[in-house]
Order: sequence, then structure tokens, then C-alpha cells
Amino acid sequence: MAKGKLEIKKMATAGSVESNDILIMISQGEGDIEIELESVVEKQFGEDIKNVIRETLIEEGITDAKVIAKDKGALDFTIKARVRACVQRGVEA
Amino acid sequence: MNYRSLLFIPGNNPGMLQSSDILGADGIIIDLEDAVALTEKDAARILVREYLTTFEPRKGVFIRINPLDSPYFYDDLDVIKDLKITGIVLPKAGVEPMTKLEEYLDEHDLDLEVIPLVETAMGLETALEIVQVSDRIIGLFLGAEDLTLDLGAKRTKESKEIEYARSRIIAAAKAFGIQAFDTPFTDTDDIEGLRIDTKNAKDLGMTGKTAISPRHVDEINKAFSPTEEEIDYALRVVEGVKAANEKGLGAFSLDGKMIDAPIIKRALNLLKTSGDYKEEYDELLK
Repeated sequence: MAKGKLEIKKMATAGSVESNDILIMISQGEGDIEIELESVVEKQFGEDIKNVIRETLIEEGITDAKVIAKDKGALDFTIKARVRACVQRGVEA
Repeated sequence: MNYRSLLFIPGNNPGMLQSSDILGADGIIIDLEDAVALTEKDAARILVREYLTTFEPRKGVFIRINPLDSPYFYDDLDVIKDLKITGIVLPKAGVEPMTKLEEYLDEHDLDLEVIPLVETAMGLETALEIVQVSDRIIGLFLGAEDLTLDLGAKRTKESKEIEYARSRIIAAAKAFGIQAFDTPFTDTDDIEGLRIDTKNAKDLGMTGKTAISPRHVDEINKAFSPTEEEIDYALRVVEGVKAANEKGLGAFSLDGKMIDAPIIKRALNLLKTSGDYKEEYDELLK
């Protein structure tokens, strides 16, 4: 279930570039969600990864953000967790 | 359930979390404490929660929360309170931390097991009192690294400096019929050293051992599993008791040795560990 609308107030990061992890960097957007992805499996799963990031942001109440993601083969649970941690850090004043 | 091995899984490591089911340990301890940097406590909690709500959790999943004297104790509990886990490992265990944990679990009506991690001089000397705080406690776990630091003792591979601590933990655990878990062997490459250390702990009475490396799990499981000869002997003891009971005899001998209550009890405990125990054996010691 989506949370109430939240705003990214500062740049934040979460995760790492270790194997099976993903590094997420989030900052204020320009009116919508923009995702820049670099992944070891970009060709096969790039769109899926972006969808997981986008859906998780919306669940967290974020509709305006710029995201840079460096993926090292993270499963969905890790992608979601890193996005949530990043949002939590980014919305803190 | 009897845990021969409990393997630590760092709470902020997705790779270890996702493979934790296939590493062969009887149970896992997902670590939110020492294995997680202070700046990553929030991210680790979220990752562990996401992992445990995504996958059907295996049996024997414990979470080591941060200690009561840290700012994270209640944050950890709030995040894990509705997860399907087996229990909690309480670090820096003492009567007060155990009481606070018990109050929280009661307040939230949580059916979780607890393993107090005894790693301070005070914790060690009050182990018997700690166990009496809660019926949720299924075992005591000796943490030798922090304990020896607290004692000002030099930590060595021979582990003579923790013999007293091991024995005290074992006695407190056995007095209440719960498990005694030994401290991890920290040299991940020294398998022979692990073998000796595990044997020493088992010979004193430890019932299981914790591990920080998946490479140690098989050796620990092997050490705490009964051999075929031991199982055969235990079954012969049990058959002997049944026959003696039928004849109305109080005692009997097997292989020229008098079989009395402690030997019967040991045989029954062994059969419980090996999975050969039958319900009908409950009557044997009555």
C-alpha cells in the first residue's frame, strides 16, 4: 500500500557495489521519476530492475526523484530494501 | 529443536542472506549487531525485513538484535516484531536486559524463543538468574571474545582461559534443561583447530556451537552428531531397560557394566539428538 506523498529533501545513498547488492543514489527530481541504471545484467533485466525501483518509490510515497543505480546482480528483495533505505535517508531534513 | 550448529549471517549482506538456507546449519543467526556498521543499522533492518517477508522463512531463524545499552535495542525489536522468525539472540545478556526483552515480548504477545548471549563477567556470574527470567529461553550462548575482553584475559586458540566460563554456562543451561551453545571459532581457515576446539567444548558438555563461517558448519554438525556405534549402544541400553522393567528388575548390566539412571538418561538424550527417539521411551525413567 502506498504511503502519503513524501518529498526527497537531500541527496542520499544506500546499498553497495558488492556482489548481489545494488547501490542506490537518490536526489530531488524535476517533476517525475527518472532512473539511470548501470547493471551487470542490464540487457536481460534492466527494465525489470527499473520497474522494481519505480514501484518501490511509489509505495514509499515518492513521485518526484532522480535515481542513479549501480546493480551487481541484486535480487528484488535487495533492490526494494535499498530503495526504501535510500528514501528514508533522503526525506529526513 | 536441538541445534548442533548456529551460523551467523551478517544482516546487511544480501548475498549471504539469500544463500543462508543452503549452508547446512541447523539454525542461522541474522546479525544486526557487530556485523553491521553503525551507519548501516537502518539499512540492515530494512534489508532483513524485506528478505524475511519475501521468502518463506526456514526453521531456526534467529536475529541478534543490538544490546539494551545501545540506541538500537527497541528500534530492532519494532522492526522484527511481526516477522516469522524462531527467536532472538540477546547480546550482552544480564538480568536487566533479559527482563526488558521479556517485558517487550509480553507486551506485544510475541511467541519467540530467546538465546541470551553471555559475554560479560556479570552476565556469566548471573547466568542462572538470567535463565529464570523467562520461559522463552531455549539455550545459553557463550561469547568468548567480548567476555575475555571484559575479564582482561588473553584470548588463545587453546581456550584454557574460557574453561571456567564454558563450564559455568553448561551448568546453568543443564540445570534448566536447555541448550548450551559454544562461542564461534574465529580462525576461518584453521579447520583442524576448529575440530579440536569443538571437541573440547563438547567434552565439557556444550550441546552445540555457533559459527561465523559457512566453512565451519559441516565440522560442527559432525562433532555434535552421535556416531553409529553410539546410537547402537543407546538403543541396546533402551532395549535392556524395557526388558528389565518387564521382568520387574531395578537394574541390569550390559557388556559387563551396570546400567543405572544417568546412563539411561544419557542414552535417551543421545537418541533425541540422533532422531531415533520414540514417544514410548518417555515411560522408561518413570
